[in-house]
Amino acid sequence: MSLAECRSAGALEVKFVPDEDVLRHIADDAGIKVQKGKNQLIVNMKRFVKKLEAISDDEAQEVLEEKNYVAVLGVCGEESMTNGSSVGGGEVYTFQTPKRSNKMAELGITLNYAVSCLAERSSSNQVQQKTKKNEFVSTTPYRLRKRLAAPDAQLESESEYSASCSEEEEVEVAQNEVSTVLSHQKTPAKTKAVSTPPSRKTLTKKKDNMNNLVEEYFEAHSSSKVLTSDRTLQKLRRKRLSQQTLHDLLQKSPLAYAAEIKELNQQYESLFSKWMLQLHLGFNIVLYGLGSKHDLLEKFRTSMLQDSVHLVVNGYFPSITVKSVLNSITEEVLDHIGTFRSPLDQLEFIVKRFKDDSSLELYVLIHNLDSQMLRGERSQQILAQLSSLPSIYLIASIDHINAPLMWDQAKQSLYNWLWYETTTFSPYVEETSYENSLLVQQSGSLALSSLTHVLRSLTPNARGIFRLLAQYQLENKDNASYPGLSFQDFYQQCREAFLVNSDLTLRAQLTEFRDHKLIRTKRGADGVEYLLIPVDDSTLTGFLEKEDEDV
Amino acid sequence: MLLRKAQAAMAVMQGRGQHRPLTSPLRPTRDAPFRARVGERSARLSARGGGLAAPPLRVRRGSAPGAAGPPPGDVRPLARGWRDEHALPLQADYFREGNSDLEDSELRFATCQSLQKQVKSETEQIEEELNEQLFDNLVSFLRRSHSAFQEKTTEWTCRMKSREIPTAALVLGVNVTDHDFTFRSLSEVLQNNVTPYIALLEAKDCPGIKNLMQKLLGQLMNCCIDVDSSEEEDYEQVSRNRVRCSMTSLINWYESATKRTDSETPGKKRTSSRHWQSPPVVVIFKDMESFTTKVLQDFVVISSQHIGQFPLVLIFGIATSPMIIHSLLPHSVSSLLCIELFQSLSCKDHLSTIIDKVLLTTQFPLKLSEKVLQVLINIFLYHDFSVQNFIKGFQLCIVEHFHSNPLSILCCQLEEAKRRVNSLSHNQCENVRRLPSFRRYVESQVSEKQIALLTADSSLKEAVRKLLEDLNVYHENYFPILRCLHVFVSSLPKYPLGKQIRELHCACLENRVWETEEYESSLQLARMLNKSDLVTMLQKCVEILVSSPGREFDEIVEKLKEFLTQFQKLEEAFQERDESISPQKELQKKTNLFHLQKTLLELKESRRSKKLTKFETLRFEVVDYIDSLVRCYLVPADHKTLHEIVYFNTASVLREHLNAAPRIALHTALNNPYSYLKSEALKSDGGSISNKAPDICIAYKLHLECGRLINLVDWLEAFSTVVTAAEGPTADAASSDQVDDVIHARFIRAVSELELLGFIKPSKQKTDHVARLTWGGC
Repeated sequence: MSLAECRSAGALEVKFVPDEDVLRHIADDAGIKVQKGKNQLIVNMKRFVKKLEAISDDEAQEVLEEKNYVAVLGVCGEESMTNGSSVGGGEVYTFQTPKRSNKMAELGITLNYAVSCLAERSSSNQVQQKTKKNEFVSTTPYRLRKRLAAPDAQLESESEYSASCSEEEEVEVAQNEVSTVLSHQKTPAKTKAVSTPPSRKTLTKKKDNMNNLVEEYFEAHSSSKVLTSDRTLQKLRRKRLSQQTLHDLLQKSPLAYAAEIKELNQQYESLFSKWMLQLHLGFNIVLYGLGSKHDLLEKFRTSMLQDSVHLVVNGYFPSITVKSVLNSITEEVLDHIGTFRSPLDQLEFIVKRFKDDSSLELYVLIHNLDSQMLRGERSQQILAQLSSLPSIYLIASIDHINAPLMWDQAKQSLYNWLWYETTTFSPYVEETSYENSLLVQQSGSLALSSLTHVLRSLTPNARGIFRLLAQYQLENKDNASYPGLSFQDFYQQCREAFLVNSDLTLRAQLTEFRDHKLIRTKRGADGVEYLLIPVDDSTLTGFLEKEDEDV
Repeated sequence: MLLRKAQAAMAVMQGRGQHRPLTSPLRPTRDAPFRARVGERSARLSARGGGLAAPPLRVRRGSAPGAAGPPPGDVRPLARGWRDEHALPLQADYFREGNSDLEDSELRFATCQSLQKQVKSETEQIEEELNEQLFDNLVSFLRRSHSAFQEKTTEWTCRMKSREIPTAALVLGVNVTDHDFTFRSLSEVLQNNVTPYIALLEAKDCPGIKNLMQKLLGQLMNCCIDVDSSEEEDYEQVSRNRVRCSMTSLINWYESATKRTDSETPGKKRTSSRHWQSPPVVVIFKDMESFTTKVLQDFVVISSQHIGQFPLVLIFGIATSPMIIHSLLPHSVSSLLCIELFQSLSCKDHLSTIIDKVLLTTQFPLKLSEKVLQVLINIFLYHDFSVQNFIKGFQLCIVEHFHSNPLSILCCQLEEAKRRVNSLSHNQCENVRRLPSFRRYVESQVSEKQIALLTADSSLKEAVRKLLEDLNVYHENYFPILRCLHVFVSSLPKYPLGKQIRELHCACLENRVWETEEYESSLQLARMLNKSDLVTMLQKCVEILVSSPGREFDEIVEKLKEFLTQFQKLEEAFQERDESISPQKELQKKTNLFHLQKTLLELKESRRSKKLTKFETLRFEVVDYIDSLVRCYLVPADHKTLHEIVYFNTASVLREHLNAAPRIALHTALNNPYSYLKSEALKSDGGSISNKAPDICIAYKLHLECGRLINLVDWLEAFSTVVTAAEGPTADAASSDQVDDVIHARFIRAVSELELLGFIKPSKQKTDHVARLTWGGC
């Protein structure tokens, strides 16, 4: 039914169009439809955007209800915060506010809009239009990718979506619900159905918001099926960047909005002496907000604390512990030599010293109080107790969205925080350099250097043994199910190469490798011992090349 | 990058202990090498200021090294010990430096400090008074249980046989943070009156029974040292370390300790007279709920074995309900305890008292505006129930007010303020003229007066003096009348104006209370009060007004008393009439249905048509009089001229610092960077992804659209699409590789930043996927 409707080009008087029809329509007849002229289409889209805004207006009312709670707490009073951002807590990460899905739709459209202009400019052959049309369905980023893909990628992409079919099924299921709601919104109906599958969510949500939310949550989290494409980074031509190259590349790209960021920072710097005052009045200060606060705290340190005793704790450092913090206080600040049985003893000692000697005072700066290592309950307890001492002044920064959950009532009162928002927008350079990012090549150089280092201290025979294993592993690198080299085969090869004379010698060698974590053994299903070098292929290749050079 | 990983995790930095670094001419040369970034320092925690051979924290007295006699005013030469005597000037420095307005900052700071001290002592005293009753009960409980031990009566032997430990269960309420203070003062009271042997145990120190015993013995033996003279200290110290922490050693210690106090020299009689003979050992479990059951059980069982040998009393601090004892301890254990229950004052009553005594008086010059008070009360009611935090919030208000408002110098007692008005500088006068309330005042004056106020400082000062006096009088009248009104409205059904006086106070501060609907309905209700209620209320009001220091109340009191006598007369008159009517009623005892119906009808008729009775007219009069009082005295404070001087009203500051919303800040920054970065390029209508936004914002917005898992490749491509759209379509194929690398790197940075912020985490469910941690859009 929709086909005829669409062809008549009277997009405004269209009735309800089921999603699956639209999909079919796009797949089969995109060409015909697009010929109707893209200008009109764009106009339609514009109109639709307006419409959506109207819708989001009355949805804002629903959001208002959520705000009520916040208003009660006084968070969302008439006075907005300093920056004029009066977002209520309810709006932020609620159970999927309707607003969001709307935004999604809007977003998709504006993007498409931008691109369609682009397409106009470059070339307007039909195939490209076709791809463009295809994007109309898209709102999720993986679909954006299609825009870039060659026209013939369309077929391929079908297969790439492991679960795109199931998504469409969902659409069908939701159909009945949608149709009732849609009936009173005829005008944008067609565009809506065409452009945004998520908008159905918006509409259904209107009806029974809460109920649906709960169900949807469990639906989304019960199924193990993941609705994403199967593409992996390995298929990408680009290889993983190492930390160093990443750093270099980022150095090259200029920091956006440096002037504004500087202005922000200057604002915060004017607070320094107020912070000092408040620290001295028994409060501790915690900084939050987007952007690295490392430089800000550093500036604070250099400008205010230069001549007083202070301790800087880089919480993001992966091996920091509370014990080391305490140690540095006892050893460096209190000049105490000796060990303690437990951190609690140590804490007690510190507390006693600070209470006895009221002239002692210490400023503690903690970058990332919410880091992996410090966020534990015990660590926080100890730090809180430290900070509650009247002559220890704590100023810390937090970044994680859930960081305040670390503190229960008791800890919070020990900390006695004064919160300061310091949104700096500066990149987290220091903080993320330790993060084991997925996208960064893992410690390749480190492994390589340690490999060569260890092997250099071994006998030539041992080096030969390792080489053999490495070569074998590289030969099998394309075999995804490569279990490793079995001990017996390895022994055979080593014997043939005159590297060992008995399996005992080989075992002794292997023990040495294992101690240095150069190899890993595991038992296969048949009980045979398999040997593996737990280093990635490129590192191994690099190592072998280097060895060859040396020889 | 590798290098960085190996770099320092932390560094201790230390200067030469001059606490006045900012103007010191020495600093740059001496400290320059040590101002390097921490990350670039050596791996150990060794960055020491000064870098001299001397230990880093040596106390240096005299002038700083290398300073060849700088003028003493320039460098404050003393280290550490210095801070004690000069703590205030140091803070005052920060106070001054943080101020753009340098007007009278020293004086302001001093006023602020004295006010804070005053508030602190006042609140502490209030708390002590509130706890007094509870502590008295506890002490008498201790005495009772103790007398049993001393007298060794049959009753006690009975108990000994059954091995019951006297236990006080102290229900303190959910405001755990306040408990510390209560326990501290409790142990003080006990220490002064009952026994030196008190141990305070906290769950976090006692993960096992061994730790508990250690802690217990440590505390007990320490306190013993406090009481005893110093020559025994060494012996004690040694023995404490050596002694095995067991119940037997505890008993041995107790015996020796009591013996020693018995055989004390007369000079030490003081201590023994203060305490009881063979004082009980009191063990306080501060937070009973958090102790592990095993530890508690073990302790109770073990000590019950020895209860015959020394008098042990337990005190459990309970936050929830006394039932918890039984759920924590099985019957076999709880039967070893002889529990008595004590209930502390609820935190809400506590708060009411504090508000009553601190905020609703003229005693403290600083007042809180409605919004500020509302914020503080909301934090209390919705977040923590902690009175301590409330007081802290109030303290913060004091600091903020004096810090931010240059005119706060006049926020002190009236006499002092009048004196200070005289010495106001011209700038300060200008500040006064800028106050909105003062401007309103000026506009209401005649033109000559206006000119005088705006040009001549002297006439301004004169006016300010007068206005301050007015303000003072206003406050003096406000609070008693508020209390009177509270007496009336707090007994009305449904409490239209609130049950607590603080709600009424807020309502009055917010706007003209008599214009509100609630007030209207409460007047309606008040007009229906019965006589006895009305009389008691009036009596209460008279009491309040008589006891208050206001000057204008004589008249009001007279008037109220007149009302009371009228009521009295009415009553007498009524009684007379009553007597006259009653015989008539006597006659009508036998009524039939017809008669009854008739009389009822008559009654109804008469009620409809009848004029108001005397009582009713009087009641109306009373209510109207109260109404007129309200209209006269309960004017909202912000209608008063110069209210800015004494009212702290920037509630947003308070909320920002005490009840911050970090997630909202993050969300706003990521969603709408324009609210922070005031760049025109970022100005957007919202909703769409602006390709000019910072990388992390783009990545964030893209990730919002995804479900539970996000494919990194797709994300990357979407990201690069958006970013390249920003740079225009000119990016041709030749340079694309180069550009892509940079974009790739930027993407990596954005993603790892999002990971740090906790929006995503790596997932093993599918290769190259990350999982979303915030829910929405799934």
